[in-house]
Amino acid sequence: MKEISIMDINDIIKPENRVYKKPALMNDNNMHYCPGCSHGVVHKLVAEILEEMNLVENSVGVAPVGCAVFAYNYVDIDWIEAAHGRAPAIASAVSRLYPQNMVFTYQGDGDLAAIGTCETIHAANRGENITIIFINNAIYGMTGGQMAPTTLLGMKTATTPYGRRADLNGYPLKIGDLLAQLDGTCYVTRQSVHTPAAVRKTKNAIKKAFQNTLDKKGTSVVEIVSTCNSGWKLTPAEANKWMAEHMFEKYPMGDLKNV
Amino acid sequence: MEEEIRLMKGNEALAHAAIRYGADGYFGYPITPQSEVLETLMLEKPWETTGMVVLQAESEVSSINMVYGGAAAGKVVFTSSSSPGISLMQEGISYIAASELPALIINVMRGGPGLGTIQPSQADYFQATKGGGHGDYHLIVLAPSSVQEMCDFVGLGWDLAFKYRTPAIILADGVVGQMMEKVVLPPQRKRLTDEEVKKRCPWAANGRTGGLAGRPRNVVTSLELDSAKMEVSNERFQRTYRLIEQNEVRFEEIGTEDCDFLIVAFGSVARISQKAVEMARKKGYKIGILRPITLWPFPTNEVSRLSEKAKGILVVELNAGQMIEDVRLAVGHDVRVEHFGRLGGIVPSPDEILEAFEEKFIEK
Repeated sequence: MKEISIMDINDIIKPENRVYKKPALMNDNNMHYCPGCSHGVVHKLVAEILEEMNLVENSVGVAPVGCAVFAYNYVDIDWIEAAHGRAPAIASAVSRLYPQNMVFTYQGDGDLAAIGTCETIHAANRGENITIIFINNAIYGMTGGQMAPTTLLGMKTATTPYGRRADLNGYPLKIGDLLAQLDGTCYVTRQSVHTPAAVRKTKNAIKKAFQNTLDKKGTSVVEIVSTCNSGWKLTPAEANKWMAEHMFEKYPMGDLKNV
Repeated sequence: MEEEIRLMKGNEALAHAAIRYGADGYFGYPITPQSEVLETLMLEKPWETTGMVVLQAESEVSSINMVYGGAAAGKVVFTSSSSPGISLMQEGISYIAASELPALIINVMRGGPGLGTIQPSQADYFQATKGGGHGDYHLIVLAPSSVQEMCDFVGLGWDLAFKYRTPAIILADGVVGQMMEKVVLPPQRKRLTDEEVKKRCPWAANGRTGGLAGRPRNVVTSLELDSAKMEVSNERFQRTYRLIEQNEVRFEEIGTEDCDFLIVAFGSVARISQKAVEMARKKGYKIGILRPITLWPFPTNEVSRLSEKAKGILVVELNAGQMIEDVRLAVGHDVRVEHFGRLGGIVPSPDEILEAFEEKFIEK
């Protein structure tokens, strides 16, 4: 009878058998994000793309105020931490002072579409050679789940405990559509990261945006409709489902502009 | 460009001085009475000669954050504005100070509060010298009293800002911004190359030199949630401020060798006071002038020294009494310190200052 050989684990974990690895730019700092949050996935994509595009040496990221305030703790490139909403102004200056650099902002909905609306619109309207990565989860995560400019009508938050009402709180702001109207933007797209297929699409979108920035085509905006299961008070799986059922109706997926 | 003698406004001198210093970037928003800074830069087109970036921002909030970004990336950057615009910038200035970044801010002061007036004032003394924004910090505050000093303090401001990695502010009043005088412009200096910037500012966020195998990433931030670490940072800021207080006090004394009385005044008011003192001496009153050039650090020791032989000190300001608080802190409680100020954009004549002196110190 033939002897059954038992495979050693070291026979399996060979480089040629590897199907996935952590991006080299992603460090080992413990993430502060809640389990199920979209930020971790998007951070990983940014790290992967910067590495793949060989942009470590000339990338500068501008971090927001909000949950992603600590983005600079996880992706091993140079970062500047902005005041709330001011990332596009900072990125504008860095990009103009270092035209060969790939400068991007990473902002949430409160940062980009409430307190920083002015800076966002004017940077985009000047056609600054920057990429704006915009996480739209329709809520303020960091401060404990208050209403965001993108909060859906009827959605309950800490400051709309009975649901957002148009007469009290105004309407959800479709800032992506607004930015797409501006002559300075070359690429505005809306994506998500709730399925492997969506993650792949988002990766391509960010890649395209970074390439536009390198090619000096103007401002690129990648809006990523995201979950905040803690703020939404849902499990990660429920949050993904809720997002697809409710958020995508107001914020449909796809390119809003691609010049 | 060689050294050159020109006749120009203080605001124009600021722009020329910046280009010639080898500045990398200016970010500003129009506001009277300092719009000539942005206008002159746009007219001079330094991006075609030295490569300097000039950008009209959408607001003062944006321009100060552009300065924050440029400074965080190690570049020689500045902004200018006038009082209401400087109020808008306070958040950004606090971030720049907290992130220990070198930057230059210029305030050509107008009368306030609120929208106030476009006429000259010195009413932002407290704001500039005591911090201005939130948190414990100081700015190095330079107060020019001539167009030449407007020109010279641009370079001095940046030199000090880079020496101590802290923001400096030129606190000019509208008179100095708008008046025309002869000025000696320095020869053109070369802007630093990106390699030179990386060498001078190894802390700057401008791309990881050498890539993954190169230097560790640089993160410019003012955030630290661990209070124990935040206290350590604050203590480091305070050590820098003590060092600046020790090394960088600047002032001018006029006729103090034999004076019985002292006028303390800064900016344009010190120039006007000089005329008043000439007139006073003809009447037999020996008045000397101490002109603080750095409002922070304040020339406390010098005021204290001069107060010992003075029968009285008159503090003349274009405000309701701000620098007088620093003068009072510098002198004994038995020294008579009086204030004369005009408000709302009014600039006093030498006669008025002399009258105020006689009214307060000379027995009728």
